[in-house]
Amino acid sequence: MDIKKTSLYQLHQDSKAKFVEFAGYQMPIQYSEGIVEEHKFTRNHSGIFDVSHMGQLFIYGQEDLVDDLERIFPLDLKNLKLNHSKYSFLMSDNAGIHDDLIITKIKDGFLIILNAACKENDYKILKGLLNDKYKIILDEERSLIAIQGPKSVQILKSVIQGVENLNFMSGNWFTLDDHNIYVTRSGYTGEDGFEVSLTNKFADRFTRRLIDKGAKLIGLGARDTLRLEAGLCLYGHELSKDKTPVEANLKWAISKERILKGNFIGSDIITKQINNGVNKIRVGIKPEGRIIAREKTKIFNESNLEIGEITSGTFGPSVNGPVAMGYVENKFSKKNTKIFLEVRGKKHPATICGLPFYKKSYVKGVN
Amino acid sequence: MSEVKFSKEHEWIKLEGDIATIGITKHATEMLGDIVFAELPEKGSNVEKDGTAGVVESTKAASDVYTPVSGEVVDLNQSIVDDPSKINQDPENSAWFFKLKIKDKSEMDTLMNKDEYDIFAKESSS
Repeated sequence: MDIKKTSLYQLHQDSKAKFVEFAGYQMPIQYSEGIVEEHKFTRNHSGIFDVSHMGQLFIYGQEDLVDDLERIFPLDLKNLKLNHSKYSFLMSDNAGIHDDLIITKIKDGFLIILNAACKENDYKILKGLLNDKYKIILDEERSLIAIQGPKSVQILKSVIQGVENLNFMSGNWFTLDDHNIYVTRSGYTGEDGFEVSLTNKFADRFTRRLIDKGAKLIGLGARDTLRLEAGLCLYGHELSKDKTPVEANLKWAISKERILKGNFIGSDIITKQINNGVNKIRVGIKPEGRIIAREKTKIFNESNLEIGEITSGTFGPSVNGPVAMGYVENKFSKKNTKIFLEVRGKKHPATICGLPFYKKSYVKGVN
Repeated sequence: MSEVKFSKEHEWIKLEGDIATIGITKHATEMLGDIVFAELPEKGSNVEKDGTAGVVESTKAASDVYTPVSGEVVDLNQSIVDDPSKINQDPENSAWFFKLKIKDKSEMDTLMNKDEYDIFAKESSS
């Protein structure tokens, strides 16, 4: 299969990107300044991320659509206001996670943002579940550009007026040079920021405009260190088919109303786990010193009993130290529990900690 | 005059008397990206030619550091452990890794000189 390229490929090349294959796409892992500088620039200024490899799934339909989607997602979609977004999951019958996603109520339907590696499978699953009753489009004609960091609102509003009035986890349509653009105030870095959906043919020109205003392109490498400092899950690492949202410590994303009523895919297991607890749970982990515990690192308790495994670990440039997330047996998951991480045959001390590692600054109540 | 030699694992080695100073090349640091962690062998330990003698980690991944010659570790550069970003800044000079009292000078003969290494590095990255 040919490796796919996003509409910003030429811009990445012009910006001296180092490329890596990710989910079938040729994506920039970093640019010339490197991951640490890109990470810090995003935290202090404004970073642009090409996330066009992610799926943009539009579902259009009338009355039944909300009911049918509520049988799939653990959300109170009836009360989701126009242009408001929710974080959710596509689950299997045993509540394993097929994908984590953001669903936004738009006029006549919903827009769902899916992970690149999962989008084709998600599309098939949703098509199957919804029985061709609705118009479902996995839109390959649109790009997705995220702009993240404290200066992003100033930069983006100088290009698209009105985005400053959006609250965190809400969006709207805007028009720029006759192009329809859907902007949400959201992201994956722990910073204030936006995700901009626009046609492929306009993506390059639009992004160059953001760069002219002072934002810089940021690669997938820094995207990973940023999201990890923000305590956010990455599909394929913290989330997978053999983990449930309750185990992933994402219970907050499941509507309380819906837990009472059930009747969504995986609801039996979810209800059981919420009532009876889980055996393993996702936690934040702070290694002592500078040791970095990567994915699959084994976790031990103070009695040298193996109690879990790291799912992501790196050096956090803003924390200025190593950070990790992983799953441990529930009884060892309390904050400040002393644990040991086996790295290259040696056990290194670490502590279970709260998330995020880096405090967020989301914008709420603008209007 | 001491000559600097290079290994296929992208280490450099400078021999003065029977003391060899070893570090990683600029080319290696460029491939690794930002180095955020460094681990060195123990002082007084013996390391074998082509064996692991440390670790460097970037934000992305961990890589072993190999010793191009055998010997006893007689000195360590603690400053790169305390601030690994120094390795990116000055890899072939102040950010050396460790010093060995070498066993067998003939092990130096199999290593590359600067010109040979430059060609090797260029080919291995393309």
